[in-house]
Amino acid sequence: MAQLNNGVAASVTQKQPLWLLAEVTYRCPLHCAFCYNPTDYDKHTKNELTTAQWISALRDARKLGAIQLGISGGEPLLRDDIEEIVSEAHKLGYYSNLITSGVGLTEKRIQAFKEGGLDHIQLSMHDVTEDISNFITDTRTFELKKKVAAMIKSHGYPMVLNVVIHRYNIDQVGKILEMAEALGADYVELANTQYYGWSLVNRDQLMPTREQLDRAEAATNAFRERVGNKMKVFFVVPDYFADRPKKCMNGWGEVFMIVTANGDVLPCHSARVLPGMTFPNVRENGLEWAWKESPAFTKYRGMDWMKEPCRSCDEKENDLGGCRCQSYLLSGDAEMADPVCTKSPNRHLIDEALVNSQNPLVREQPIIFRTDKNSKKYVEGDKERIAQFHALP
Amino acid sequence: MENNIQHSDIFAIALHHRFQWEEAQQSYVILFPEGMVKLHGGAGEILKRVDGKASVGDIVAELQAAFPDVEDIESDIVGMFDLAVGKAWLRKVN
Repeated sequence: MAQLNNGVAASVTQKQPLWLLAEVTYRCPLHCAFCYNPTDYDKHTKNELTTAQWISALRDARKLGAIQLGISGGEPLLRDDIEEIVSEAHKLGYYSNLITSGVGLTEKRIQAFKEGGLDHIQLSMHDVTEDISNFITDTRTFELKKKVAAMIKSHGYPMVLNVVIHRYNIDQVGKILEMAEALGADYVELANTQYYGWSLVNRDQLMPTREQLDRAEAATNAFRERVGNKMKVFFVVPDYFADRPKKCMNGWGEVFMIVTANGDVLPCHSARVLPGMTFPNVRENGLEWAWKESPAFTKYRGMDWMKEPCRSCDEKENDLGGCRCQSYLLSGDAEMADPVCTKSPNRHLIDEALVNSQNPLVREQPIIFRTDKNSKKYVEGDKERIAQFHALP
Repeated sequence: MENNIQHSDIFAIALHHRFQWEEAQQSYVILFPEGMVKLHGGAGEILKRVDGKASVGDIVAELQAAFPDVEDIESDIVGMFDLAVGKAWLRKVN
């Protein structure tokens, strides 16, 4: 039995894009410091796909076998056509998941989602205290989120809370779970921060200590023991503290396909950071070509691309060498073993990051929040590099 | 997992879960928030009969008639119910 738990498949034999993630917009009213969105998202906020383009992408992906649909962003509710998109998704037979901060969810909209057949709403929460929740999102949204949680429950939706875990809330995990229980949650995802996009920029400020992590895991297990099957708690472990890498996205081009706001088709959330890659776009290429034949999807599918130490490693099928983006972002080499792996020649980069994040001088550096202004700076930074490149003889 | 399935028990697909045939995968699946279980052959045959009306005993009898050559199909079926209840894919109706 192949099981997709929390979006992670354990065994799938055919390559089908079971999961379609629609990142419908990068606009967001929140400014979370741990957001995995690209730091240069500002350049992807224009030129968003139209409703008709989204609907045709849903239809094509469904034909390829996609069945779980995530509608995410940014904040998807900033678009006013999500009602139309979910209703079409329902007709096509998707199990649809709206992944939201809750900002913009009104009685009228949730009613329309229910009528249109939206299956589930995943709400992000950040802490039990208003201070930390408002701090890390750089907004005043704590009370609003609690009201939205009640609204989701009252409309008969399963209550799924996603809590990104970092240094500022990890010691509250036990209380966060109690809050979730009080809100009537059916599922809670405690997602330890993975370091991409904005969270990589803020890594030293977000990274917990191993002791904090151990305590959080113990608190989670104690809670599970008490509550049992009534509420499912997923604890997504942070790979920096492991000695083998994660099987990122369950393998490149194996089960996940992401369509971004401007129509780029990606095998993972952060693939656009990789150098020398051209990604298909739904405006130009069909999804079938993107999935089955495009150079971007075939490049790291399977194990042929590997070099040593992965190529001859007897564990290579377990993790497929880890994450290509993480390897590139930390070492500059997209084809090397993920630095998390203790067999990787780059493991020292992880160990140094762990030490660095505990250095009081580094950890007290200010957090850079995910704002349009900060993103514009990153986009400008790109322009500088490109200008320098062209200036070369 | 000790769920102690009785022949008189009646189950339905759990709230917020959906059971459907997937053409692209040629198999039955159970869908739930951000997750999916693919049901291989026999498991799909059992769960497609779970409708909130048929008892475990009814389903056993039906499958015994449909697959007379399968040895000890009853313990397979009860085992599958045990698993599905343990995973909270099913809820007890009676």
